[in-house]
Amino acid sequence: MDRAYQVITGSSDRNAASASLDRADAAAAARGDTRAFERIYARHVARIHSLARRMIGPEDADDATQEVFVRAWTRIASFRGDAAFGTWLHRLAINVLLGRRISLATHRGRFIEADETVAAVPTRPPSTELRMDVETAIERLPSGARQVLVLHDIEGYKHEEIAGMLGISVGTSKSQLHRARMALRAFLDR
Amino acid sequence: MHDPWTDRLSEYLDDELPPAERAALEEHLASCAHCAAVLADLRRVVQRLASLEDRPPTRDLWPGIEARIAAAGAADEPRVLELPTRAQRAPRRFSFTARQLVAAALALIFLSGGAAWMLRQPAGPRAAAGPVSPDAPVVETSFVGSTWSDYDAAVAELERALELHRDQLDSATIRVVEENLRIIDAAIDEARRALEADPANSYLNGHLVNSIQRKVDLLRNVVTLASAAT
Repeated sequence: MDRAYQVITGSSDRNAASASLDRADAAAAARGDTRAFERIYARHVARIHSLARRMIGPEDADDATQEVFVRAWTRIASFRGDAAFGTWLHRLAINVLLGRRISLATHRGRFIEADETVAAVPTRPPSTELRMDVETAIERLPSGARQVLVLHDIEGYKHEEIAGMLGISVGTSKSQLHRARMALRAFLDR
Repeated sequence: MHDPWTDRLSEYLDDELPPAERAALEEHLASCAHCAAVLADLRRVVQRLASLEDRPPTRDLWPGIEARIAAAGAADEPRVLELPTRAQRAPRRFSFTARQLVAAALALIFLSGGAAWMLRQPAGPRAAAGPVSPDAPVVETSFVGSTWSDYDAAVAELERALELHRDQLDSATIRVVEENLRIIDAAIDEARRALEADPANSYLNGHLVNSIQRKVDLLRNVVTLASAAT
């Protein structure tokens, strides 16, 4: 999580200033100031949308992102400023996305069990024409492997935390991560 | 033939193997070119994932969020000023000096100037979100110079007017005004401190203008309200 939030809060003066603005705008938004909340949206939408796109796929990312910010609006009064606002928003986003993942899995007939295959992603593309960027390759992973990969390798969560979030064992989390990485190695630039 | 060590390479890479297994795998890697190659690939995958950049959505999602906030019945109007209406207020003895009215006019001029300045900017706060590009427009420093002192003088005059006549306003009104001024002043202070670290940041300057505009709006409304009661 620390690594993830370097993106938002970072150590640079600019990002420190952004965190300072977050606190001021969160306080104003808690009092009903939608303009302040729009500024919060502007600073964080790329981060939240990227998380949504990687976690649940591009087709649902827009709607999920909107849901995250609507939820944040309704709960912003609970933000006390003890941690960075970005951390608070990110945690809320994870909760929203994990909640949607269950309904999406049901809707699409996808499951996140340990034996889920990653065969949908070929281990070696047959030609350079079929090469795709890493983001696209992530989106094509089965949902279980994709979520573990995103949470571990991009968001910086530990297997124990991921297992708790997804309701799987630590061993399954490790196994899914390895399968996802093995599938993605085919899409590295060589 | 599947090499069972291959399945342990991610754990090795993440330093999650027990010492004995780690030592055994390292011994294996020394003699297995396949596993060594896979390990190198996995290391590159992890590095690649760690360097992924965030991308904004391809369309603006804010209008949808704004609509959903309104539909949800959440408070969607700025609550910085909730003064009683004229009908709710009893007539009061209240008047401003010519100097105070001039100050109010100065505040309005400033407000108009600030709005015009914002309109001249090629992009608003939304477009400036995220890391600021080196190509981001540089704020007109003159705006941050002499105009600030004009604003400060006008605001100070209005604040003095409020202080002089505070006992002629409802105590509830005074509480609302003071609380909101405190909030806005905090936002202004935050923005100014941030600008000291990054004075050319167009977003920060826009945020400061917004905050000051809110303060001028608030003071102007109080002046209008009090004037109408005389």
